[in-house]
Amino acid sequence: MGKFTIGCFASLVGSMNLDFAVKLAGAAMEKGHKVDLWVSGNATMISIKGQRAFKDYSSLEKPLKELMDKGLNVTACEACAEARGYTKDNTMEGVKRHSMDWYLASAFDADRVLHIGGE
Amino acid sequence: MATTKLGFIVQRPPYKSENPKLALTHAIASQSVEVYLNDGDVVTADVAFIGDGVLNCLKDQKAMEQYDLSSTESHIKMGLLVDLNILVCKEDLEKLGLTENDIVLDAEEFGADLKINVVPYQDINKMMEEMNHLLFF
Repeated sequence: MGKFTIGCFASLVGSMNLDFAVKLAGAAMEKGHKVDLWVSGNATMISIKGQRAFKDYSSLEKPLKELMDKGLNVTACEACAEARGYTKDNTMEGVKRHSMDWYLASAFDADRVLHIGGE
Repeated sequence: MATTKLGFIVQRPPYKSENPKLALTHAIASQSVEVYLNDGDVVTADVAFIGDGVLNCLKDQKAMEQYDLSSTESHIKMGLLVDLNILVCKEDLEKLGLTENDIVLDAEEFGADLKINVVPYQDINKMMEEMNHLLFF
């Protein structure tokens, strides 16, 4: 089985790209692959805990937690998060925060990298 | 010891979105990636500006004066300072009525040795073929 790195830069609300990235991560894990999910730019919105789930807006806390429990590695760009006021204290449990070089390091030994840019 | 080559392809214009700047900051982060890797393992980053992305390379940007933000131009110069290979598509510059005189070509004031390479698209295509992974911004 391989290692799959997904980098997503699109926002949680206002785009469906993160929904797709999380679904894809789940599908890859079901096939036995190891998956790293890097969120940067507006995509760091996904890392905030306690977001209220409305049916009209994307809400990924539940599926993300389920996938993290199964081994999905989720890391948010620390600078992008801090620039948006997303602090360590309001980060969802299990989501790591690192500088951008973490993404490159994940890509280093990935069999495939899928980079989903921002808006 | 292994090397992974990443190609950062910038297609979007500056200041409309965060993408070009994120491409450059992520590419520059290749300089510090070793902290996560084994000794001798390396990640390299090449950057190519194509399409509307070539507008990121215009010189004398006034982002600091207008927006109180560091300019994309300064990020490009920082990329040269850390020896990133930066390519700009010649045909796309011409399409926009631009020449090499309109864009930033070096960062001599920072002490950078490398210069931007304005090249035909086929050279950018060749670079992309040599990469292990491509990241489009």
